[in-house]
Amino acid sequence: MEVRVVNVRKEFERFPALHDVSLDIKSGELIALLGPSGSGKTTLLRLIAGLERPTKGAIFFGDEDASQKSIQERNVGFVFQHYALFRHMTVADNIGFGLKVRHGAARPSGQEIRRRALELLDLVQLSGLEKRYPAQLSGGQRQRVALARAMAIEPKVLLLDEPFGALDAQVRRELRRWLREIHDRTGHTTVFVTHDQEEALELADRVVVMSQGRIEQVGTADDIYDTPNSPFVYSFIGESSSLPVKVENGEVWIADRPIGLQAPHAPSGEAVLYFRPHDVDLLDGCSGCIAGTVAASRRVAGTRRVELEVGGERQRVEIELPVDHPAAQKSRVAFRPRRWKLFPKS
Amino acid sequence: MTTAPAKAGWRFRQPSVIPGFGLTLGFSLAYLTLIILIPLSGLVWRSAALGWADFWAIVVDRRTLNALKISFGTAFLAAVVNVVFGTVVAWVLVRYRFPGRRIADAMVDLPFALPTAVAGIALTTLYAPNGWIGHLLMPLGIKVAYTPLGIVIALVFIGLPFVVRTVQPIMEELDKEVEEAAATLGANRFQIITRVLFPGLAPAIITGFSLAFARGVGEYGSVIFIAGNLPFKSEIAPLLIVIRLEEYNYEAATAIAAIMLALSFVMLLVVNLVQTWSRKRYG
Repeated sequence: MEVRVVNVRKEFERFPALHDVSLDIKSGELIALLGPSGSGKTTLLRLIAGLERPTKGAIFFGDEDASQKSIQERNVGFVFQHYALFRHMTVADNIGFGLKVRHGAARPSGQEIRRRALELLDLVQLSGLEKRYPAQLSGGQRQRVALARAMAIEPKVLLLDEPFGALDAQVRRELRRWLREIHDRTGHTTVFVTHDQEEALELADRVVVMSQGRIEQVGTADDIYDTPNSPFVYSFIGESSSLPVKVENGEVWIADRPIGLQAPHAPSGEAVLYFRPHDVDLLDGCSGCIAGTVAASRRVAGTRRVELEVGGERQRVEIELPVDHPAAQKSRVAFRPRRWKLFPKS
Repeated sequence: MTTAPAKAGWRFRQPSVIPGFGLTLGFSLAYLTLIILIPLSGLVWRSAALGWADFWAIVVDRRTLNALKISFGTAFLAAVVNVVFGTVVAWVLVRYRFPGRRIADAMVDLPFALPTAVAGIALTTLYAPNGWIGHLLMPLGIKVAYTPLGIVIALVFIGLPFVVRTVQPIMEELDKEVEEAAATLGANRFQIITRVLFPGLAPAIITGFSLAFARGVGEYGSVIFIAGNLPFKSEIAPLLIVIRLEEYNYEAATAIAAIMLALSFVMLLVVNLVQTWSRKRYG
């Protein structure tokens, strides 16, 4: 099912949580809403589910205007961060709940409900645990049950609110791969919220980066990482360093020296240069480069991160060096970003 | 640390490393013995002096049986009424924000604080055939004061806070997400309440019920004013005990007390077992 969010605005007691957000989600897509806390990602997810009503705007499931429908009629599967399982019901009863509360002809027979529950339990790889109560399961198992419960009603959309947020790193990684598999097998249109960029980039077909109630950028992991369209996205996704610079005659300057970067289309004036710490060329001599004094250095896995003080104002930037690079304290290092982007000074 | 798996039977569970187990257990046992066990065993001791045949004769006496029936019957009815309306009151206090909520919340405790005789007199004045409410009910043929119905009303008044105060904190802890989950799965409001919320509240409601019931069985002050105290009709067991005491018939008084004690203990034990069972299931 295709989902369209059209010009949605949401206020909580006059405080705007979402400003005029629009988003198209394709049928069968796995999409991540990524942003820091307070960016409105969970609010957007709850609006799609119908757990909140938009102040303005509409949400379409296919051609139907879903914003006119109640939560019960929307037929969405929602998975909560803290599972929200019914603790007085067995695993099988939890999964069958959505079918059991249906009315009249839409309600399958008891046997059929049980069959469906066992089938889903098999899908989430928990066969044999149908008689357990949620309190007797581990966190990862509970979240699998929650997902099976959400899928039992054959939802039009599957919505997951930080589904792995309460689990430890090992289980998270495992469930991430497993969710991708389930998605590929069942083909539900799936939206999940996360503040973990690794999770979003690894798992989703497309990532929606949000900040302060607005969508900053929508794109594939490659789009978001390689061509961020705003300083926020550049600094939020992956590692980044920034330096205040000046553009004159299509050339980038730091203080009174050109640094060998050509920016023919950039308007003259003050700007901010963004680059990735690992995406730099180290240079020996320096005519047209960025040079700085090493202020700090730390070992990060296979590389060494150094902090350089650049220019008279001692601006700090981070770059990555090979582990065996002889840059000790106080030595000077010269480099030039390989890939970079200029944003106007805010 | 190796912990032995919990087996059925009597055994100490390994206490935590924080000291105090011996001291607090000893204190609790001494305290319970002093405050509860000694007076109650005195009661049993005293009634045992009667001999089995005399004891049984007093217990199966028609007047005693009627008094017991009225005491336990009215207490049970009042507890049932309180469970229903006390739960509704707790729900309103927990779920809704309205002007005067705090005052309403404080009012729930009044039956705790009010001298029970005051409550009894006030209720009697209201429900007597010429009282504010009584004269409205009179034409409908409903007599409240001086009947078992009056006793039930007095016990409802006395027992309400027990239900509200046990259910309220559990209700406050209900997870909103669980309700939302049920709603997204298609459950309507009624189904959410009966299938999702109520089972979670059941242990607290049972506790509230047993507290209100126990209080009702032992209640004296408020009831004697509104009951009319007609033997065989609206005479409660605690009153019968007082009557026997005033006749210096201590043996009969203790016999009735002992049988009340036994009945109450059995009923509370049953309630507790039901509760352990439901805790285990829903824990």
